[in-house]
Amino acid sequence: MIAQPTVDEIVAHARRDHPDEACGVVAGRVGSDRPERFVPMRNAARSPTFYEFDSIDLLKLYREMDELDQEPVVVYHSHTATEAYPSRTDVSYASEPGAHYVLVSTREPDTVEFRSYRIVEGIVTEEEVRVVAVLDPEETS
Amino acid sequence: MAIEVRIPTILRTYTGGEKVVAGEGATLAELLSELDSRHAGLRERIVDEKGLRRFVNVYVNDEDVRFMGGLETALKDGDTVTVLPAVAGG
Repeated sequence: MIAQPTVDEIVAHARRDHPDEACGVVAGRVGSDRPERFVPMRNAARSPTFYEFDSIDLLKLYREMDELDQEPVVVYHSHTATEAYPSRTDVSYASEPGAHYVLVSTREPDTVEFRSYRIVEGIVTEEEVRVVAVLDPEETS
Repeated sequence: MAIEVRIPTILRTYTGGEKVVAGEGATLAELLSELDSRHAGLRERIVDEKGLRRFVNVYVNDEDVRFMGGLETALKDGDTVTVLPAVAGG
């Protein structure tokens, strides 16, 4: 489940960086499965066929998430000429078994594909994306 | 001499779920061997026969060791070594 404004921000980032791939995360409290904080990252590869978070930015991101007790709930990137499905490279690099891997395709200028997957030990499982206006308030126990 | 080593989620199976472990070594290579004696298999996820694995980033304090001395990067008491898988794909 993801909020419409977050979807819009991801898509806008992907469009802005087209024809290069765009990438980033949406962080949320550890264990909450709530994508709340949109964090666009620089694609250090600046490539239409590859993305990689800049290594120093990656360190800063994980430190910041640690301090805030957050984790990457969503890891997103765009494909700029192919469908929004994880490539072999995406699968081999995927190292957050708890994350939702969101793929956006910007190959069509007028329509956008926005799909989500789990990638665990090389196995890709597509999941339904539920877009809501706002996330429900977090349940507190 | 104690060095704090921060372990990413995906490698915590080797550290009994611990996010931070302590290690020793004058260089990164020594530290990884020392850690492997207590956390068997961890080293192999970080290095292969050619050196640091392409898709794993290792930092000493605020620097990526690729821009320092790689596996020969010198360590001192109180340093923090952070291991993070690259977030990358095609």
